[in-house]
Amino acid sequence: MEPLIKIENLTVGYNKIPVLKNVNLDICENDFIGVIGPNGGGKTTLLKAILGLLKPFSGIIEFSKDIDGSKRQIGYLPQVKHIDRKFPITVFDVVRSGSIMQNQFKGKAQIKLKIDNLLEEMGIYNIRNRAIGELSGGQMQRVFLCRAILSNPKVLILDEPDTFVDNRFEGELYEKLRLLNEEMAIVLVSHDMGTISSYVKTIACVNGNLHYHRSSNISQEQLDGYNCPIQVITHGEIPHTVLKHHHKEQ
Amino acid sequence: MNSIFELFQYNFFLKALIAAIFASISCGIIGGYIVSRRIVFISGGITHASFGGIGLAFFLGFNPLLGAALFAIFSALGIQFFTKVAEIREDSSIAIWWSMGMALGIIFVFLTPGYTPNLMSYLFGNILTVTSTELWWMAILNIVIIAFFALFFNKILYIAFDEEFARASGLPVALFNYLIMILIALTVVLNIRVVGIILILSLLTIPQATANLYTNDFKKLLIFSTLFALFGTISGLFISYFLDIPSGAAIIFTLVITFGLLRLVKYLTK
Repeated sequence: MEPLIKIENLTVGYNKIPVLKNVNLDICENDFIGVIGPNGGGKTTLLKAILGLLKPFSGIIEFSKDIDGSKRQIGYLPQVKHIDRKFPITVFDVVRSGSIMQNQFKGKAQIKLKIDNLLEEMGIYNIRNRAIGELSGGQMQRVFLCRAILSNPKVLILDEPDTFVDNRFEGELYEKLRLLNEEMAIVLVSHDMGTISSYVKTIACVNGNLHYHRSSNISQEQLDGYNCPIQVITHGEIPHTVLKHHHKEQ
Repeated sequence: MNSIFELFQYNFFLKALIAAIFASISCGIIGGYIVSRRIVFISGGITHASFGGIGLAFFLGFNPLLGAALFAIFSALGIQFFTKVAEIREDSSIAIWWSMGMALGIIFVFLTPGYTPNLMSYLFGNILTVTSTELWWMAILNIVIIAFFALFFNKILYIAFDEEFARASGLPVALFNYLIMILIALTVVLNIRVVGIILILSLLTIPQATANLYTNDFKKLLIFSTLFALFGTISGLFISYFLDIPSGAAIIFTLVITFGLLRLVKYLTK
């Protein structure tokens, strides 16, 4: 089967300094990939490259016909800590922003209906007119999940959707994702390996070299000297123990 | 109170009233955007840098507002360049352009032979001396701003709220940011005559803070800000006339008192 997104020999980073080197990854239909790795290892960098927010230094990211074009069929849930919670915007408007470039909706009424259904489904219809600043962490995540899936994307990318979330909602969230996974591929960066492992189908371990971007005056010799290959490993049905072992290593 | 009605017979007062209305609309909308996006400080930098253009215009003898517009747009781009390309911290870049513009202005004014009588009106504003030509320019700016925000409201909102998500969705974020930066620069410049360089930040922030007491919806924030700005500028204009105090200061004083009172009312009634 042709992958939805095919990443080949991707090298990408910031300010000419690579964070990820020679990454290979296929994202196929019905995939549920958990992305793990140390902080600064390049997890978010990988997501940003896929989303087109970072231009690759080299290598290619190829999209299948299904999701290609300027209106890429990719849903995105960013890290909530980057959201300005004092911004004057209502829950409804945040969710509606998920339809920015989509032509699939015929008119405002259809978008509104879809949003209302989604909010109802997610149990946040009653707060649709509230400002986002008034929400709890769990409510925020639900709102941003609604925004990410509003346009029925083929691929859903989530960056730490389990931060600021209590245990009860975390369970609901992963159950919701399991259902969504029947319709779309999911790539998920989590800060909590224990929970993620029981839901994801495969694990991608992204391990960049911290030294690469903490200092701005690193020479090429130094980069070579660290000799730190960035590995992205995808393997099926990882048992918990291997994950925990992996975690301790860092 | 016959005198209030007599006032409307004076051409200069009618012009001032129209200027107040135009200033309120442009500052209400643009200010709402600036405050929501937390770029008040950038706007302050652009405003003060435009003084350099006013000085240059005095020195070379052309229209000061044209000089101000050139410097405002140039400094807006300069701040972007310093931050993005030269990798200087953003707040430092702003401060550099802010102070450099003021310094250039002072040097040019100093070098200009003779006395520059209008200087104070650019620094602190004088709504009573606004000319017909300036009113036409303000009218055009208002139409452009209203049309731009009406046509692209959702896109402006989504970019302002979450720029990264907007970029990932394929919106031309850089283009929008660039256009809005130009609108901010022009808003600042054309309203300099109303409240002055030093005081213009007030029209861009105080009505918005007042509006924010009552709404957390972006569209309503822009509308309420405009209404509070209208109230402040028009009553400030009357206060200025009857108490014979400078108009810019009177307008800001009205805006601050309004905000303070309504904030207090909200606190007491909660």
